Amino acid sequence: MATTQTMTPSMKRERRANLRRNAFYLALIVIGLVAPFVAYPVFLMKVLCFALFACAFNLLLGYAGLLSFGHAAFLATGGYVTGYLLSSYPALTPELGILSGTAAAVALGAVFGALSIRRQGIYFAMVTLALAQLMFFFYIQAPFTGGEDGLHGVPRGELFGIISLRNSLVMYYFVFAIFLFGFALIQRTVHSPFGQVLKAIRENEPRAVSLGYNVDAYKLVAFILSAGLAGLAGSTKTLVFQLASLTDAHWHMSGEVILMTLLGGVGTLFGPVVGAGLVVSLQHLLAQSPLGNWVGPILGAIFVLCVLSFRSGIVGEAIKMYRKNFK
Amino acid sequence: MTMIFGVPLAVFTGQLLLGLINGAFYALLSLGLAVIFGLLKIVNFAHGAMYMLGAFATLLGMRYLGINYWAALLLAPLAVGLAGMLIERLLLRRIGHLDHLYGLLLTFGLALIFEGTLVNFFGVSGARYPTPESLAGGYQLGFMFLPKYRAWVLLAAIGVCLFTWYMIERTRLGAYLRAGTENPALMQAFGVNVPLLVTLTYGFGVALAAFAGVLAAPLYPVSPTMGSNLLIVVFAVVVIGGMGSILGAIVTGLAMGLIEGLTKVYYPEAANTVIFLVMILVLLIRPTGLFGKEA
Repeated sequence: MATTQTMTPSMKRERRANLRRNAFYLALIVIGLVAPFVAYPVFLMKVLCFALFACAFNLLLGYAGLLSFGHAAFLATGGYVTGYLLSSYPALTPELGILSGTAAAVALGAVFGALSIRRQGIYFAMVTLALAQLMFFFYIQAPFTGGEDGLHGVPRGELFGIISLRNSLVMYYFVFAIFLFGFALIQRTVHSPFGQVLKAIRENEPRAVSLGYNVDAYKLVAFILSAGLAGLAGSTKTLVFQLASLTDAHWHMSGEVILMTLLGGVGTLFGPVVGAGLVVSLQHLLAQSPLGNWVGPILGAIFVLCVLSFRSGIVGEAIKMYRKNFK
Repeated sequence: MTMIFGVPLAVFTGQLLLGLINGAFYALLSLGLAVIFGLLKIVNFAHGAMYMLGAFATLLGMRYLGINYWAALLLAPLAVGLAGMLIERLLLRRIGHLDHLYGLLLTFGLALIFEGTLVNFFGVSGARYPTPESLAGGYQLGFMFLPKYRAWVLLAAIGVCLFTWYMIERTRLGAYLRAGTENPALMQAFGVNVPLLVTLTYGFGVALAAFAGVLAAPLYPVSPTMGSNLLIVVFAVVVIGGMGSILGAIVTGLAMGLIEGLTKVYYPEAANTVIFLVMILVLLIRPTGLFGKEA
């Protein structure tokens, strides 16, 4: 063909890189499809939910440079709304429940986002933390959350009214599909012109302003997107465990998602997934060991170590090493 | 009986006093945060843990070493201040050149370590610390009963706040501190030992938190989680007031305590959340905070 003959070496290289990347993605999807036959599906679903949560958080911190210390609020909102609706209206199908939960998180994200982007840097972190605490107190007192007990026995129901989600394997593939959707959305966002502007804001906000970008609008859209995906993760998690509780709304949860992202690699696509997998596995292993009570201090120590000497995270370091040795 | 907007006067003034005392704690803690932020440019997430450690040092000092309240009032802040200086030298200094968000994350990790470790030894239900004998009882003022200990807490907290304000605004050491806040490199060039100043400042800031912890020990149950919940409210107070002004931090702290107390009288459901709502209002009307400068 004529086009292949006129390809420059750089185009060829790019094409090869694209092929490699697609092969890599395909391999990961295959692993995801086979995984429930190797590992415990409920555990894998937990990892996927937290991975989506961390990816959503990373969209804000890694690409827009905004450190939210209140993402637990969106996880909990998704979870509570989905849990409440599915428990009170048995006719509601699970996908509609998840959609409603996500929509609620989007709405909350719009309000909190508009408020918190009025301040920058360290103040932004404190504002998001305070707003999330406001939601925590709201969920303790609100009549539909079950207070300290939370919502139990949320029915998984039948997907589209046909496919029963009782079976863990079926549930797993549903969760996997949701995760892939969320991940693909983030991947597209990051590599779109919109994502480029976010990175410009992260690197130098005054310059982005002087180039004529409406920085606040970009930040707000990124915030809403991130909040919505965190809500999606929370809704899905509620369906998996048939439970929505205050743990999800507590500021510890906001800290945990920061740790997952930091450990895996801030600003890398796969970092949050790796980080979430590690932190969830660690919690799982510690819970069964004599060190079960020491989860908090151990996570704290990992936090300190990451900040002191491992700021690129696992995936970040791996990318650095790859670039140094293979390019 | 005299009523104020449908509430008995004694109840009204009682809640106002409780609010003012909470406000004194907000003021002490946000003051420490502001002092640390001024020079180190980091928000100390371990501040709540330091407050908690101050209270625990008081409790354990009495239980195992027989240290009484008045000695603890001096020794606990000293011990926590020294520990803070150690933390600054060994950890915070290493990340001083990075984005200040890393300071927030590092101190968050420290807070998790302190809190989690103490939870393992003492559980989450708090222990009681007896009110010192010389401060037991109270005064009948006619319109209200004023417990001696609460009066003392109020006086001590406001006294320490004003002392700190005087130190920073009116002494040579304070002048160094303010100059260091403006331009540390120039200070260094003038021969001032800025790294030492930073260490001392962090130590002093957390000592203030520990002092608040000692004051709190006879008032509230001493538990490992007592600091973190308070700290988030203090963050909201700091957003409301802005960290630029020492006097601003004190005034905002006391005012927020009063507002909380008033809410407890008239609409108790919102008492936990009213400060966050004020924060939202301030963000809408005056985003830089009441006493804040344009960042």
